[in-house]
Amino acid sequence: MVKQFSEATERMIEKLKEVKDPEIDTVSIVDLGMIQSIRVVEKSVSIELLPTFLGCPALPIIKKNIEQTLLHLDDVRSVEVLFVHSPPWTSDRISKAGREGLKKFGIAPPPRYFQDDGSWQVDCPFCQSTYVTLENLFGPTACRSILYCKSCKNPFEAMKPVSTI
Amino acid sequence: MSEHMTTNQRAALIELLLQLGDDDFIYAFRGAEWLGLAPHIEEDVASASISQNSMGHAVMFYELAEELGLPEANELAHARPAAERRNSILLERVNGEGSYMGTPTYDWAYAVVRNLMYTIAKKVKMESLRTSSYEPLNDVAIKVLMELHYHLMHWKAWFIELFNATDEARLKMESAVGAVMADFGDMLEYGEKEEEIVAAKLIHSSKTVKERFLMELEAILSKVNQDMSLFTYSLKQNGRNGEHTADLNQALATLAEVYQVDPAANW
Repeated sequence: MVKQFSEATERMIEKLKEVKDPEIDTVSIVDLGMIQSIRVVEKSVSIELLPTFLGCPALPIIKKNIEQTLLHLDDVRSVEVLFVHSPPWTSDRISKAGREGLKKFGIAPPPRYFQDDGSWQVDCPFCQSTYVTLENLFGPTACRSILYCKSCKNPFEAMKPVSTI
Repeated sequence: MSEHMTTNQRAALIELLLQLGDDDFIYAFRGAEWLGLAPHIEEDVASASISQNSMGHAVMFYELAEELGLPEANELAHARPAAERRNSILLERVNGEGSYMGTPTYDWAYAVVRNLMYTIAKKVKMESLRTSSYEPLNDVAIKVLMELHYHLMHWKAWFIELFNATDEARLKMESAVGAVMADFGDMLEYGEKEEEIVAAKLIHSSKTVKERFLMELEAILSKVNQDMSLFTYSLKQNGRNGEHTADLNQALATLAEVYQVDPAANW
């Protein structure tokens, strides 16, 4: 019984990799580390999701996409998606595949470390140069900042690091 | 503590949640009115993003209230008259003369000072909520603080740059400080239910949060060559008790216009 349960969960996770961030189609919600738990009871699936940024307008879209995607599976009759705040989502939950997907989209993955003064550094996602400047802490979406690479002269975005520290 | 709450504790918790939600809600609204009017395009992106985050925070506090049996978040945000709102009066004040529909003459110095003062106050409260007896608030506070880190960095940068720019800029900033501090009296108050709120260990007393606020503020003032003399304040009108200004009515009429026509409208 226990084994069946985990197999079903695995299958759901595999399927959920098809659900992308609506604004970054190279990264799935699984790779973003948004999934906190999955419960499968017979034909009902219940998922707990961690919102990345609280005011993010993509959240209801993600919820709808999860429901539609899982309902495509023959053995799923109902899907429930709940947003939970515990534990708080942090940018270190993004997987290696997620970090690669961000770069493919032209977004530098969130840096893993903060400097002592709370600032941080990323490399250019195009030419890997470290010779970059921060143009705006805030960007086109809540989770991104705008930077400029002085080596390859491209503007680019970086995913903001968020940490509980 | 949610399962073992007495009626009084529950009422105190709801009171606090509405104060927090109402503060962020009206703050986000006034911030959003700046859209397209900020000093330059990068600032437009930044302050719009901050308003969006803050609206997200308001929704979360309203949803926590909803879980305790209050009407749904959308109704809490749109349908309550001014006398039922608990926000600080500082946050409801108009951005300046005129309206974004006509010829606005908004005051950027006022916006920077108000936003910084609110962000410091909010930070102090969120840090206190990390140890709140109501556990759902602990996680929410951590989440808010992560985002607030960037808001604080942003408004601090503007505040310090403008204060240290030209003589004219300094004068404008000093005048903005006067206008902001005149309305700051209720910001760190909890109103009539303070005793119950503090007794239930939901958040630290207003005395404690005021001390922490001053410590945070002093550290910033040392960078702009100012002492605390300009930053004193006293309580005259208490938004926590529903005592508001006409500016709040104006804001509610605008932001709830669609809701009043059709409460079920899909955006």
